[in-house]
Formats: sequence, C-alpha cells, structure tokens
Amino acid sequence: MQRTLFAALAGAIFGLGLMLSGMTDTRSVQGFLDIFGAWNPTLAFVMGGAMIPMAIAWRVAARRKTAVLGGSFPAMPPPRFDLNLIGGSAAFGAGWALTGFCPGPALASLGFGGWQGLVFVAAMAGGALLAAPLRR
Amino acid sequence: MDINWLYGLLGGLVIGTAGAIYLLVNGRIMGPSGSLGGLMDGADRSDEQFGFVAGLVAMPAAAALMIPMQTYAGSNWAVLVIGGLLVGFGTRLANGCTSGHGVCGISRLSPRGIVASATYVGAGMVVMTVLRHLWGMI
Repeated sequence: MQRTLFAALAGAIFGLGLMLSGMTDTRSVQGFLDIFGAWNPTLAFVMGGAMIPMAIAWRVAARRKTAVLGGSFPAMPPPRFDLNLIGGSAAFGAGWALTGFCPGPALASLGFGGWQGLVFVAAMAGGALLAAPLRR
Repeated sequence: MDINWLYGLLGGLVIGTAGAIYLLVNGRIMGPSGSLGGLMDGADRSDEQFGFVAGLVAMPAAAALMIPMQTYAGSNWAVLVIGGLLVGFGTRLANGCTSGHGVCGISRLSPRGIVASATYVGAGMVVMTVLRHLWGMI
C-alpha cells in the first residue's frame, strides 16, 4: 500500500513539474528540436534542473543498501549499445519531433489534452505492444 | 523578458524531485514509457506502476479543473497516430525515454542513458529539420 501511495505521489509531482516547466506544451518541445528555426532552449533548462535532485539521489542511493520501503536499487545496466537501443531511440526521436509528445507529457495530457492526447496515448500503447516481441 | 527558461528550470527541479522520491523511497527508476509498456504487455503490472501512472494523469486533470489548460498538439489524427506508434514502439524497444534514459540515466552517468539521449535528440532534430524546413510540414 505504501509503495503504491508513494508511486502515485511521485507520479503527481512529476505531472506538476511537467506542467510548470512547460513540457506539456508540445510547441515548446518541438521548438527545442527546431535548431534551424525559432530555437526554444527551455527543454535544456528542464533537463538541467531535473538532473540536480536526481544526481543527489543517486549519491544518497550509493551510500544505502536498500530503498526506504525495502528492495535494492536498480543496478547500472551494462554498456551494451545494440540495435534496440539505437534504433528504438531514433524511432522515438522521429515521433517526438512529429508530435512534440514524449511518454510523460503524453500521459499527463490525458487529464486536459482533449482527443489529441487520447489518440496519441492509444497509439503509443499500441506501439509499446508491437515492441514487446523484440525486447530482450 | 522571456522567462520560460526560469519556469523550465523550476519545473525541472520538481521533475527531478519526483524521480528522487521514486528512486529513494520505492527503489525504482522513474520511467513513464516503462510503466505504460509494462502495464500493456504484462511485463510489470504491479500496483506501483498503476499508482505512478494514476498520479501522473490525475495531477494535471485536477489542475485543469482550477486553471485553464489546453493542448497545443496538432489536430491531424494521422500524424498523432504515426507519432504515437513511433514513440511507444521506440521507447519500449530502447527500454526508456526522456525520463528513464534522460533524467534518471544521464544523472548517474549511465552510458546507455547518454547514448540513447544523444540518439533521440539527434534524430528528433534531423526529423524536425526535414519535416519543417525541407518539406514544409508540421
């Protein structure tokens, strides 16, 4: 129960941060990718800001053996740069540019994004299922 | 003066705080693509995954009741479907998105996170340039 509550809390704070940062505005995200147009650097500030608490959290995690609610911390994945990582990320980047949605803001937009958010998330869920047989 | 960068920085700190809580309290990487994918294909249908997605959807929904919010996403449904398929397929195949590989991966200097992030940002910039400046779409 606690695990679910804190997961929901993290999701809610994540949603708040996405709204505050402007990342739920697909124009801002597309503007960051548009380096030959009216470039919008906001996304770089969002990533930079998010790195600060996360980098501290990884340092704290390194000193602890277990998470507060128990269980070990996720191990660093071995540096394997296969087709799944590169091809998948390239496909993601293409869809990201096309729509301005990445998974977090897309899910957040279900709460206010009208039918566009709904259509995108439904397609995204379908895309995730298509990838399932190819995952290792 | 344009202060979007300041909201970006503040919002980023809030996003990072959410990731820090999920890591230190639950021992998990904050990754919405993994949460959605796990719920879809059954790889992980834990209560935590449901809880995280529920919180992520509920907070903006609650905010929209109090402050006016709207989407600026394009209304070409074919573009939304193709984009959604690419994002869902790509992030699941690569095992992470802007959050898992980006925020959580780069902050621990994960080689896979750094390579994935460079790839999706680079591909996004190339595709944006082609679609907007060469083909005059989007």
